[in-house]
Amino acid sequence: MVRVDGNGGGEALIRARGLDKSYKRGGEEIHVLQGLNLDVDAGEFIAFMGPSGSGKTTILNLLGGLDVPSAGTVSVAGDEITAMSRRKLTTWRARHVGFVFQAYNLIPVLSAYRNVELPLLLTPLSAAERKKHVEGALRIVGLQDRMRHFPRQLSGGQEQRVAIARAIVADPTFLLCDEPTGDLDRRSADEILDLLSLLVSERAKTILMVTHDPRAAERASALLHLDKGVLVEAERERQAKRGLEVTA
Amino acid sequence: MKFLPLLLANLRRKKVRTALTIGSFMVAMFLFGLLAAVRAGFRQGVEVAGADRLVVIGRTGLIQPLPIPYMQRIRRLAGVKDVAHSTWFGGIYQDPKNFFPQFVIVPEDWQRLYPEYRVADGEWRDFLADRQGIVIGQKLAQRFGWKIGDHVPLKAPGYLGGTSWDFNVRAIYRGTRPQDDEGQLWLQHRYFYEKAPRYWQGMVGWYIVRVSDPGQALTVLKAIDKEFANSASETRTQTESAFAASFMKQMGNIEFLILAIGSIVFFTLLLVTGNTMAIAVRERTAELAVLKAIGYSDRFVLALVLAESLLIAAIGGAIGLWFARGMAARDITSGILPTYLSGAALAAGAAVALGTGFLAGLLPGVSAMRLQVVDALRRV
Repeated sequence: MVRVDGNGGGEALIRARGLDKSYKRGGEEIHVLQGLNLDVDAGEFIAFMGPSGSGKTTILNLLGGLDVPSAGTVSVAGDEITAMSRRKLTTWRARHVGFVFQAYNLIPVLSAYRNVELPLLLTPLSAAERKKHVEGALRIVGLQDRMRHFPRQLSGGQEQRVAIARAIVADPTFLLCDEPTGDLDRRSADEILDLLSLLVSERAKTILMVTHDPRAAERASALLHLDKGVLVEAERERQAKRGLEVTA
Repeated sequence: MKFLPLLLANLRRKKVRTALTIGSFMVAMFLFGLLAAVRAGFRQGVEVAGADRLVVIGRTGLIQPLPIPYMQRIRRLAGVKDVAHSTWFGGIYQDPKNFFPQFVIVPEDWQRLYPEYRVADGEWRDFLADRQGIVIGQKLAQRFGWKIGDHVPLKAPGYLGGTSWDFNVRAIYRGTRPQDDEGQLWLQHRYFYEKAPRYWQGMVGWYIVRVSDPGQALTVLKAIDKEFANSASETRTQTESAFAASFMKQMGNIEFLILAIGSIVFFTLLLVTGNTMAIAVRERTAELAVLKAIGYSDRFVLALVLAESLLIAAIGGAIGLWFARGMAARDITSGILPTYLSGAALAAGAAVALGTGFLAGLLPGVSAMRLQVVDALRRV
């Protein structure tokens, strides 16, 4: 279930309360987010849409612990990340969040295998265990035969699949995808969206995705609209068979 | 070790740039090594000086010979354990550029006073048996390709008549320490006094004195100078290390010159490498931001940048010092100085290289450490 009214129960995986984010630019204070509430249960696939500058990416940054709010709190699986120190937050991200970026952001001098392995280097896993996890993640995204390829030897869609493998390899609590299909052609975009849907339906992953693409948003179980930093609309998810509910 | 692929991959990112930066370190450390070797050559006399040896020269300097009877008078002084004398020969082998030190010695005395030089027993006997025999250092032998039994003519300087003197290589000596000068030639006093002009008869260049107790060296040297005070040939006695140091100073402040050149080279290297590392980090802003996003700490990012810089410094420094060591072992000063690169100089070179690498990576590393993920990703 997804709620934006601030009345969600304590069972929500992600819980944001009264989130404000503002910046000062040239003496003027710009409010990016204002009093945002959000409750997301585990296994949800949420899409955020809205015009440029509406605060979509800012929400992801705050929920993923990359940025701190001007006011309000964010809790994930019971941990209040807004109360964590910078160092603790870094450790928390490594354990709980998988990031997928629009520009893929792979390390160009590392092979697909090494890119996917990066999050695991921070764990106490042995080399053999890491290998098992990396190969598993690449198998999920359908690139087990490309693991020795470097990013420049892959298509955009393949690069993004490697990025998804990197995001899921450490089995994070949830994935944050910022315009994951923004740089892809239709066919590749569909492949990526199929993959994300698969991760939700078959592997029970929780995904929060920012997108400009209505076709991408259609894949989500719930769609949230942002305008000038306020969640103004929530659509009931379309996959009623999963029994999900959006409450505005 | 598990982060090594990441580190090495970053170095392979711009191969030419990495190679040039390593090359900068290599050249700088090669130069450092050579300067250190030359400095060691200048300081060699000081470093090899025996703590228990004094040098007695004429009060006005080495050009003033001293009478041979002084030897007995010095020997009788309290605190004196042994005495030998020597004279500078200064012969020319083929060309004045082929300079090397040549000492007239009394073999038995010399052997007692300088036990750090080793000669095979058989060769030493051959040397004693041949009044025209000479002992040469191993490096001198290598320099001119001389072998035992070779005939070596030297043209004596004008104050010794300017004629050609003939010698036979009878022995080759080796130092027992790396800093020992193996570029000298020793000739027998018997042959010298046979051929030297009359005014050299009964005169020597200087005395070498061994004291019974190095702690009493000051007392002994004062006693020696007092013994010959107000005589026709007054003396100036110094410890061997002070003598070598004053000899070195006559050539100017070489140490300052070497230090100044070295400092300029390393300051330039620091600027060049620091700039290179700054560019390398700036180019990877997004990647570093992604590393931080997926859980790599600020300190890890700092360590990664520093490790890259240190690895470049270590590789370039090691190659440069290795070449310098090889070069120093050769006769780079045409026999004027016994150059060598000691373990301490190599360690200092390694420390300088790593220190420069650390400083060069520090600012870009701190900048990478402070990088805000959100800001960096927004710039992509």
